[in-house]
Amino acid sequence: MTGSHLLEARALTSGYSGRTVVDGVDLTLPAGRISVIVGANACGKSTLLKTLSRLIPASGGSVVLDGKAITQIPTKRLALTLGLLPQQPIAPEGIAVADLVGRGRHPHQKLFRSWTAEDDAAVADALGQAGVADLADRTIDELSGGQRQRVWIAMALAQGTDMLLLDEPTTFLDLAHQVEVLDLLTDLNRSRATTIAMVLHDINLAARYADHLFAMRDGRVLASGDPQQVVTPTLIRDVFGLDAEVISDPVSHTPLVVPRGRHHVTGGQFA
Amino acid sequence: MSGALAIRAGRSRRARRRRIGIVVLLALLVVLAVGMLMLGQTSYPLADVLRVIAGQDVPGASFTIGRLRIPRLAAGALAGLAFGVAGSTFQTLLRNPLASPDVIGITSGASVAAVLSLVVLHWSAGATTALALGVGIATAVVIYAAARGAESTGGRLILIGIGVGAMMNAVVQFLVQRAAEWDVSVAMRWLTGSLNGVRLEDLGMLAIATVVLVPIVAVLSRDLRALELGDASATALGVRVDRARVLLIVAAVALACFATATTGPIAFVAFLSGPIAKRIVGPSGSLTIPAALVGACLVLLADLIGQFGFDTAFPVGVITGIVGAPYLVFLLIRTSRLGGSS
Repeated sequence: MTGSHLLEARALTSGYSGRTVVDGVDLTLPAGRISVIVGANACGKSTLLKTLSRLIPASGGSVVLDGKAITQIPTKRLALTLGLLPQQPIAPEGIAVADLVGRGRHPHQKLFRSWTAEDDAAVADALGQAGVADLADRTIDELSGGQRQRVWIAMALAQGTDMLLLDEPTTFLDLAHQVEVLDLLTDLNRSRATTIAMVLHDINLAARYADHLFAMRDGRVLASGDPQQVVTPTLIRDVFGLDAEVISDPVSHTPLVVPRGRHHVTGGQFA
Repeated sequence: MSGALAIRAGRSRRARRRRIGIVVLLALLVVLAVGMLMLGQTSYPLADVLRVIAGQDVPGASFTIGRLRIPRLAAGALAGLAFGVAGSTFQTLLRNPLASPDVIGITSGASVAAVLSLVVLHWSAGATTALALGVGIATAVVIYAAARGAESTGGRLILIGIGVGAMMNAVVQFLVQRAAEWDVSVAMRWLTGSLNGVRLEDLGMLAIATVVLVPIVAVLSRDLRALELGDASATALGVRVDRARVLLIVAAVALACFATATTGPIAFVAFLSGPIAKRIVGPSGSLTIPAALVGACLVLLADLIGQFGFDTAFPVGVITGIVGAPYLVFLLIRTSRLGGSS
């Protein structure tokens, strides 16, 4: 667990059945940091994440882990380094939370090697970190949306990877649970030095929780870097096509985007 | 480490339920098997059955048990194992309890091939099995190709499969009607599945297929449990999704087709085994072995009921059909309700 793995995209192009969605992206996920990919709907941010995590093949360029193209790395070995929480994972009906989290141990298990004490410890650790230890023996169907998302994160934790990619981990959650999930991911990043990259919808939460922001439009990365530098009114107009002001978040002192819109605008810089 | 201890306690509790379930199923299977060997027009005591199995010559019993009842038992048990594994594999892989090979037309395809080969072309058992396998796989490919590109592949695949199955069943009826030598028991076998008149020498292919393929599926069931979480999660967990899926589908189709070529498409055994097994052993572990045992128990139990439960003997498929059809209706109603509300 060095937290020093490097995942890069090199001139990466990908898409669906001939339609290019990600168009020549070069990026490096900073090791041990939290990266967030933002952009308008259909800008290619989820597709980029899926290509980075080998769910979609690259149609051009490559995804490179520690200097080696991921297509050259056996998928099971990759699963020991690179974890992924998809947007809509499917829970088998009636499964106990501990057993679902235990499936995260899959890449650690061999054909005829049964479950070990190490697996139990990893599952307990993951449940504890995700704050769902007391739900271990409940079935997944009984849980709320926020609890479920924590359980899925616990499953990714049980996999014990140094890198974790998450595709919109806060969708379908109310604001309190969104903050809870992002706090949890920050905990992981700080305690385990896990490199985290995720797609987020909410630019303000992204600006608060990201160490490094990638802003996308039309399949390309328009700007990247520290949110303090990257999030400007110009960028918001370029990325979202929205007039907005950027002020300092009174809580975190990170950039806070305040959209102007056509109604209710009675103050601000240009009023 | 108290957390790990609690995790282990919960896991062993669920594992124990699973073990007990499997032991109970095994015991039930043994009881049913012995029952099948003892009961008949002439019933023999357990001692005679054991002596025949041990290879001793028991006047009367040796022929009845050795030549009639053991082949019937073996055919029923093997077909039940094969259907059970095939069904639960399909249901898990396609994440839908309706997606069993007997509901989506694959066993009907194999049945067409078998009836064509045996009743019309008079081919050997081996050639029949091979043809049934080929047509079964072709049917699966056709259904899959027709369902491709839909928003939700699962639902469309099942509807297309049910349609293809109905077409195939019509062809079976047509072929059976046209067959020169009209034989009710042969007809019943290809229409509903039957163990009547099965000979030991017809079972070779099915026995080999079961012995080879069931362990393969059991080994692959680790990957199957990851695939249950969706293709994306399975990939993230290091499963070679396409390879695992193709291997599992081919093995499951083969099991269903070999069984169909031997006993006919015993109705709904594939469809019922997985859900029943899940009820017995719980949802945590692999269903492959429990579903195999449930399948075998279902076929033997239904055959006993068919033979001795009524004034007239019914083929096994009639009995499993009577049990399975209401469950199919229930699932269809539930599915359309869920589909309507979401």
